[in-house]
Amino acid sequence: MNSEQLAWLIRRHGVEMTHISHGSHIGSVLSVADIVAVLYNDVANISPKNLNDENRDRVILSKGHAGAAIYAALAEKGFFDKAELKTHYADGSRFSGHVSHKNIPGVEFSTGSLGHGGCVAAGMALNAKLDKKPYYTYAILGDGECDEGSVWEMALFANHFKLNQLVIIIDHNKMQSLDFCEKTLSLSPFAEKWKAFGWNVFDIDGHSHAQLKEALEEAKRVVDKPTVIIANTIKGKGVSFMEQDILWHYRFPHEGEEYDGAVKELNLARPNGVLDPYMEESK
Amino acid sequence: MRDAFVKTLLEIAKKDKNVYIITGDLGFDVLKPFWECLPDQIINAGIAEQNMTSIAAGLAKQGKTVFTYSIGNFSTLRCIEQIRNDCAYHGANVKVVCVGGGFVYGPLGMSHHATEDIAIMRALPDVTVLSPGDLVEAEQATRAIYEHPGTCYLRLGRGGEKRIHQKIENFTIGKAIRITEGKNVVIFSTGAIFDEVQEAYEILKKEGLMPTIYTFPTVKPIDKETISACAKTHKTILTVEEHNLSGGFGSAVAEVLAELDGEKAKLIRIGLEDKYSSIVGSQKYLRKHYLMDASVIVKKVKENW
Repeated sequence: MNSEQLAWLIRRHGVEMTHISHGSHIGSVLSVADIVAVLYNDVANISPKNLNDENRDRVILSKGHAGAAIYAALAEKGFFDKAELKTHYADGSRFSGHVSHKNIPGVEFSTGSLGHGGCVAAGMALNAKLDKKPYYTYAILGDGECDEGSVWEMALFANHFKLNQLVIIIDHNKMQSLDFCEKTLSLSPFAEKWKAFGWNVFDIDGHSHAQLKEALEEAKRVVDKPTVIIANTIKGKGVSFMEQDILWHYRFPHEGEEYDGAVKELNLARPNGVLDPYMEESK
Repeated sequence: MRDAFVKTLLEIAKKDKNVYIITGDLGFDVLKPFWECLPDQIINAGIAEQNMTSIAAGLAKQGKTVFTYSIGNFSTLRCIEQIRNDCAYHGANVKVVCVGGGFVYGPLGMSHHATEDIAIMRALPDVTVLSPGDLVEAEQATRAIYEHPGTCYLRLGRGGEKRIHQKIENFTIGKAIRITEGKNVVIFSTGAIFDEVQEAYEILKKEGLMPTIYTFPTVKPIDKETISACAKTHKTILTVEEHNLSGGFGSAVAEVLAELDGEKAKLIRIGLEDKYSSIVGSQKYLRKHYLMDASVIVKKVKENW
């Protein structure tokens, strides 16, 4: 499997999971899909076989509401049975809307309340530094999440302690719960803020796997500071009527033209070598 | 008490390189011995308690035992969600330490009065809550939480508390310790306010009244066995805490008592009556002002003898 194929499967699972569960945050799942796919497919040294290896890389989804993307990626990478994805949000399920680690192999840390995951990741990166371990800790944050003061506490801390094995990736889809970030609490100039905090900053196209891979690779060459990758994305990416429409922060793809339209559009862009797991099933 | 904590932790950390202390930029004199002796095992996270607590969780999940340190409400209330989500839910070996439980920092004002921390911390599942009453209990409590897996809370006084114990045999989390064996009234005390209980006892003794006294270094899990037994052998249980009455130590005792069958002791709780203090003063002054000093304890014991 390549990362483009995994990203497509994350999007497809995301649409299915939110459709079945009447769950929220499909817009975020679609915007973060490429970041998650590149990390799990090509960059982070994590597999079902090395979960207890202390030198494995750590990935934390700090914007826990996009948990469906992580569950989908882990299922596709063989951490658990793909059939379990259908229990997302369901009564008695362990697959909570916001990502949970309890009894779900591969999830490093549970999140959901914003402004936690980056800080915990910094703790894990500090551990690597203290114990001279080679692993990297990757945390995926939302841009709206950067309203939280704790993110900037962490930004000070990671710079001060020169946590070069910490890589924060911000899914910068420019939207948050109620409106555009710029209309809520302006983040700009976003990259400059991180630079001023002393970070190594990449400002890239967060849907370009080549750019993501290049930035993640280059981050490993930095020895004295933490890295932030501002991954410029489009909320709802891949389903045209969901793109940049705040409605799709919470709305689920309803039965009928919303669900059918989303599936149809995704399938038009389906990479070679991938089958639609749900189309197959219906046959 | 805080010095006993630091001294004990230093001894532990010298033997266990996986033990870390992370402070929210406090402990100027107190942490000095640790800093001088083990500079590689102490981190100043700056005045940023939320990040400090999450950092501790991140370190703990990689196998370290991390003590977070601050005063008053800063290591607890300021970062309560980090304690809940990042530490307790993940079973992280984070030991939250507060110096200045109650009115230790009385003159500094309401912000520095830690008077709801027990209630809030004991409401969290998978958090063990300890509130030692003297330096011997502080030392034992420090050792106990180091050995106890998962997230713990250690509520300390400051210093100068009178000694209750010469030494404690078999200190166990969740077990109260009997100080005197008397009759009619049993006093349950948690934390440094034991000073007032001791003072009250001396007064009562001169008048021939000898209540039973227990100190509760652990508030959660509460010692149900001791409470249940005393409820059958005494007329009155008197709880004493330097803390709000809503949800605190007395409430924990009340919860046990309320569910007991049959004849049982009456409960009287001494503590802060659901208010913030907008006046300042020494710890001693505020205890008296808010009716939790020795004279109030004497009065309540006599009324219920």
